[in-house]
Amino acid sequence: MTLLQVRDLRTHFLTRAGAVKAVDGVSFELGRGEILGLVGESGSGKSVTGFSLIGHVDPPGRVVGGSIRFDGQELVGLAPPRMRELRGRRIAMVFQDPGATLNPVLTIGQQMVLAVQAHRRLPERDARALAAERLTRLGIPEAPARLDAYPHEFSGGMRQRVAIAMALLHGPDLIIADEPTTALDVSIQAQILVEMRALARESGTALIWISHDLAAVAAVADRIMVMYAGRIVEAGPVRATLAAPRHPYTRGLLDSLPATTEPGARLRQIPGHTPALLSLPPGCPFAPRCGYADATCMTAPPVIEQDGRMARCHHLLEPSP
Amino acid sequence: MPGYIIQRLLQAGLVMLAMSALVFAGVHAIGNPIDLLISPDATQDIRAAAIAHYGLDQPLWRQYLAFLGRLLSGDLGRSLVFNIPVTELVFSRMPATLELALSAVLIGAVIGVPLGMWAGYRPDSVVSRGIMAVSVLGFSVPTFWVGLILILTFAVNLGWLPAGSRGPTVEVFGIGWSFLTLEGLRFMLLPALNLSLFKLALMIRLARAGTREAMLSDTVKFARAAGLSEFTILRHHVLRLISIPLVTVFGLEFGSTLAFAVVTETIFSWPGVGKLIIDSITSLDRPVMVGYLVLVAFLFVTLNLVVDLSYALLDPRLRRGRHAA
Ligand SMILES: Nc1ncnc2c1ncn2[C@@H]1O[C@H](COP(=O)(O)OP(=O)(O)OP(=O)(O)O)[C@@H](O)[C@H]1O
Ligand code: SF4
Ligand SMILES: [Mg+2]
Repeated sequence: MTLLQVRDLRTHFLTRAGAVKAVDGVSFELGRGEILGLVGESGSGKSVTGFSLIGHVDPPGRVVGGSIRFDGQELVGLAPPRMRELRGRRIAMVFQDPGATLNPVLTIGQQMVLAVQAHRRLPERDARALAAERLTRLGIPEAPARLDAYPHEFSGGMRQRVAIAMALLHGPDLIIADEPTTALDVSIQAQILVEMRALARESGTALIWISHDLAAVAAVADRIMVMYAGRIVEAGPVRATLAAPRHPYTRGLLDSLPATTEPGARLRQIPGHTPALLSLPPGCPFAPRCGYADATCMTAPPVIEQDGRMARCHHLLEPSP
Repeated sequence: MPGYIIQRLLQAGLVMLAMSALVFAGVHAIGNPIDLLISPDATQDIRAAAIAHYGLDQPLWRQYLAFLGRLLSGDLGRSLVFNIPVTELVFSRMPATLELALSAVLIGAVIGVPLGMWAGYRPDSVVSRGIMAVSVLGFSVPTFWVGLILILTFAVNLGWLPAGSRGPTVEVFGIGWSFLTLEGLRFMLLPALNLSLFKLALMIRLARAGTREAMLSDTVKFARAAGLSEFTILRHHVLRLISIPLVTVFGLEFGSTLAFAVVTETIFSWPGVGKLIIDSITSLDRPVMVGYLVLVAFLFVTLNLVVDLSYALLDPRLRRGRHAA
């Protein structure tokens, strides 16, 4: 059953120099309880996509077109008070650096009570009880006592667990996790990854997992979406897509992973860097960096959908032997 | 934490010692008070007796040591003009200045912080531009001029409020306060407003800068993602995030107003410490000057200490030493 249906979403930053098209025609669907990985290099528009979904793009950014249907309700153009009712209650978001997202001068309990009372008229005592219950579920020992601790009294991994517990307070239908493990130690990353996947499965919460890290996405997600310069260039089931990418950019991302190259060999980085969104070349935006580019790539590449997969390219790759 | 407090107390003691020496030397450089005290046609004997009586025949360092010794026992000497102990003199004037300074700083904070937060929250709105214009005025218009305009407008032309001096006082703990009666507040309103204008401007600036920065932080983004209303975010998250610089400035402004409300007190004939020091400078009342400056130094050192310690209350990261990297 479809929970989220995004059609041709366009989020632009209307700067003095011109419109920065951070998200430019993104479409996808997400079922209830489904886990979707969103990957791409820095600046490709992953976070802006996430913020567009919760209706909170920083000015001068604005959703300038497209549609976001969440559980049958159109979110684009929804009145801010209605949107606020959804945020935190039905759509939650977790950020990269828990050290920066939690307020350093309020206790965990104070912050969680504020988040509870944003949507439910609960007396403080009951709100604290709910908060403690969620913390316990995230594996925080002695949760009721820890409510009076400040964020700096937790380790990085514990802090992110607190942030995730806050996102889970109201039992949302969708959690957008924007690189939730990037700031953590590798061993903690893996733990949080596994736990979050289990929690989402258990509670039937859909999850959009934003990451640079293909390996992390491979471990959590059911489906993967690869973003480049504000567009989805490839999407499909995570295994099939990573086993045999069809888009040269996805191939490039895979080749730059340490695990896929021989030990000791140099990583094959994708040459060049992400294009300035103000001056995108006509045709395929990846063309200047693409080894398969030819004259046809100067025109907009077609979207090719085949056996549940999608790619946007003139010269789809054949599965390597 | 106890180590930190001891360290701060030692520092404070050193500052006080240096300050007392500087003040003592400085005031001795400005003239011989004996010429004011006894008539020029007094005999040499009377003159010598007076000099010996006030200890002015001793070498400077001896006078300083004697002064320091008395200082440590809480004795700042006697006023040459009023012939009562300096401490008594200063403290009798202190309540007037205290209530004036506190109300000025409170007006500045209670009005300035919300205005500044709004200006930081909606930096491009017309209202915010208006608020910033007020703050620029508060910084650039001289206090004495505003004081005179206030008197002209509200006392002379409109006749709503008294032009100066302090209203009736009510005794609490043996000290007379004027803010407890409506009539007393009428007298206090104009000088307090006059003094508060600069603090208002300062609070607006600080609150605006802090709020602008905080609004861009991940903390606020995360609070918004949790569905908190903008008001709740400002009231609970942002206000706490920006409170440390605000408290610092509140404390230091309070201190400097206590010490240097000179202009306003003079314009409004407010019988506070500021007026006392101006009077004692004109009459070269050396013990009062020295005593006053030492008390001011003491006041600042104490306030700094209090402000530093209150950081620990406001910022939990400082509370338990420095173990959080
Ligand atoms: N406030 C802003 N003003 C102007 N442009 C912006 C602003 N915020 C984002 N952008 C543009 O949007 C683009 C996409 O940004 P976004 O934060 O979504 O990237 P990302 O894929 O999340 O990258 P990262 O992996 O570094 O988090 C950026 O390249 C930037 O040009
Ligand atoms: S369209 Fe052309 S340039 Fe773009 S990815 Fe495909 S092959 Fe490369
Ligand atoms: Mg990002």
